Amino acid sequence: MKAVLRALVLAACALAVLPAAAQQPIRLGIVTFLSGPAAGAFGVPARNGFELVTELLNAGTVPAPYATKGFGGRPLELVIIDEAGGPQKQVAELRNLAQRVDYVIGYISSGDCLAVAPVAEELKKLTVLFDCGTPRIFEDASYKYVFRTGPTGSMDNTAAALYVLERHANVRSIAGINQNYAWGQDSWTDFEAAMKALKPGLEVKTSQMTKLFAGQFGAEISTLLSSGAEVVHSSFWGGDLEGLVLQGAPRGLFQKHLVVLSAGEPAINRLGTRIPDGTIIGARGPFGPFAPDNAFNRWFRSAYQDRYALPPIYASYKATNALLGLKAAYEKAQAAGATSPSQEQIIAAFEYLNYEGVGGPVRMSLGKGHQAVMENAIGTTRVVGGELRIVDVKRYPPEQVNPPEGAKSEAWIKSGFKK
Amino acid sequence: MSTALAVLFDGVVYSSWLFLMAAGLTLIYGVMKILNIAHGSLYALGGYTAATIAGAWLAAGHAAVGSYAMLLVAALLVGAVMGPLLERGLLKWMYGKDEVVLLLITYAAFLILEDAIKLVWGVESKLLPEPYSLPGNFRIGTLAYPVYNLVLIAVAVVVGLALAWALYRTRQGKLLLAVIHDREMSAAMGINVDRVYLATFTVGAMLAALGGALTAPMISVSPGIGVEVIVLSFAVVVVGGLGSLGGAAIGALMVGIVRSLAVRYWPEAELFTIYFVMALVLIARPKGLFSPPEARKI
Repeated sequence: MKAVLRALVLAACALAVLPAAAQQPIRLGIVTFLSGPAAGAFGVPARNGFELVTELLNAGTVPAPYATKGFGGRPLELVIIDEAGGPQKQVAELRNLAQRVDYVIGYISSGDCLAVAPVAEELKKLTVLFDCGTPRIFEDASYKYVFRTGPTGSMDNTAAALYVLERHANVRSIAGINQNYAWGQDSWTDFEAAMKALKPGLEVKTSQMTKLFAGQFGAEISTLLSSGAEVVHSSFWGGDLEGLVLQGAPRGLFQKHLVVLSAGEPAINRLGTRIPDGTIIGARGPFGPFAPDNAFNRWFRSAYQDRYALPPIYASYKATNALLGLKAAYEKAQAAGATSPSQEQIIAAFEYLNYEGVGGPVRMSLGKGHQAVMENAIGTTRVVGGELRIVDVKRYPPEQVNPPEGAKSEAWIKSGFKK
Repeated sequence: MSTALAVLFDGVVYSSWLFLMAAGLTLIYGVMKILNIAHGSLYALGGYTAATIAGAWLAAGHAAVGSYAMLLVAALLVGAVMGPLLERGLLKWMYGKDEVVLLLITYAAFLILEDAIKLVWGVESKLLPEPYSLPGNFRIGTLAYPVYNLVLIAVAVVVGLALAWALYRTRQGKLLLAVIHDREMSAAMGINVDRVYLATFTVGAMLAALGGALTAPMISVSPGIGVEVIVLSFAVVVVGGLGSLGGAAIGALMVGIVRSLAVRYWPEAELFTIYFVMALVLIARPKGLFSPPEARKI
């Protein structure tokens, strides 16, 4: 009788504990720029995306297929840290953060991504990179615990080159103005290689590499204006991008040349009609004004706009896609039979996952199933009725602007995008 | 010919901007022997205040030409508030300490002010493009340049001449030169050194803020703009010789024109030009081009 009683008490305790365990929050470490020049440009819009969507996921008000509360019924709790300070600091921060959270989502800077990826692997902490663009993460290494739900930067420039040449087949010369660090150098290398591969014999008139956050480009604009180049490419972002438009437009840079701003989308909201007509703009994926017009995207855009009184920029979309990707993997692992899936089970579910993002379908098809591809879209600015619009939008399917699995972006671009 | 002229003009415009920053920095060092890192924050504060005040002026529908006066008001306001605040509230208590300690204190002030700027204005950039495009363009050969560049050059020349006149042709300036030469002897002769320090730091702060206010229409005023500026102005001041106003002018011209040449003919090297000029000058003259001779005290 005593044994039966003890068994009953134990069973009652177990039953009481089970729902409590199921409701224990999942702690997500979020790393984004909260200070420094990248905070306003990307970091804070990304944090806004994380906070908003986490809140809506916890409330269970995100549309299907993400209507389940939190991750598989477990609420989410965010631990947000600042990405400012450089790769060394971020490595130290990740070592601390990994002990406090279940999973990590973060990193805008390519330098930070390259530094933290091997550390995440060493710590065996599932880490989702959401924004950084360097293709080297999965082209130069292989990771089990690291995923990236944002497309690489290569497709920004392959799509831009295709877009330019489809509309201006007789282009004979190009010039560039890019920031003198990994992002600017890689962007220019990709654009130059893509243009040369698609249009052999193309001449490069000048490649201006400016100091990051230099802010003033008087001499550079003079050089571009007198270079004779037909196309000017820039991957500028943040204050440098705004400075280039503010200083270049009055001097006729955008009238005299066909200007391609491969990461220009965030400036649309900031500069509006100050961006001259005919400027070619990219958003590093189908985000912002390039996002497909469907119910899911309209929901996201309106929820973000209502909360922050500003439209979301591509960093907000990519932050949201990282959250949704992890949620989809978690719930896929649950559907496979694991009520409370382990990290290994989530990883297995995440690899080669296809899921619906706020900018359209996300396919984890590169980097052995750890690197996402998406379609890309490029458009041209035009002021209509006193408002800046993006017109002549061309969508490029993922396989047209991304290398196949196993190929390195640079070699693939130089080969003329051969499959 | 027009290409050479364009390169020269681009260099002079950049030099003018550098000089506005370097003049205040070198003045403060010359008188107070303080390498003021917070100069970068004062520049940023000038930019933010100008964007706010001139932006409000334009938003209220006042005459656009008045926005230039607002830039000046912003610079005077920042200098008049922040100069005495930093000098009386912080630096005054540290005089007599080692130069390195003072440098660290101004660095701390820089960090505090950078965060204060974020608290007040947030992380979003501020734009004030109207004064830049309002006066229109002029041409050098086939190249269009905003007339605003001429305003920048004119302000730099006027500031340089006014400072030189005030230093060498007025009684107050001569008192200040006496303090530069020997602080203790000046105090013994009845010069109110404290007041000279306060005035110098306030004028230096106004010059930094003026640099920021005049730059605001050309750039996106965003967090961190003061960091880049302080590095460049230090380099210019070192080239010219710490504490030398003429040195700052020549240093700014050298750096601006060499940078402009690099951008045109060797863009890959642009990043290194300022340090290249600095290294060359320091090899030949380790204390800079016009470093004032130091009296040896026995």
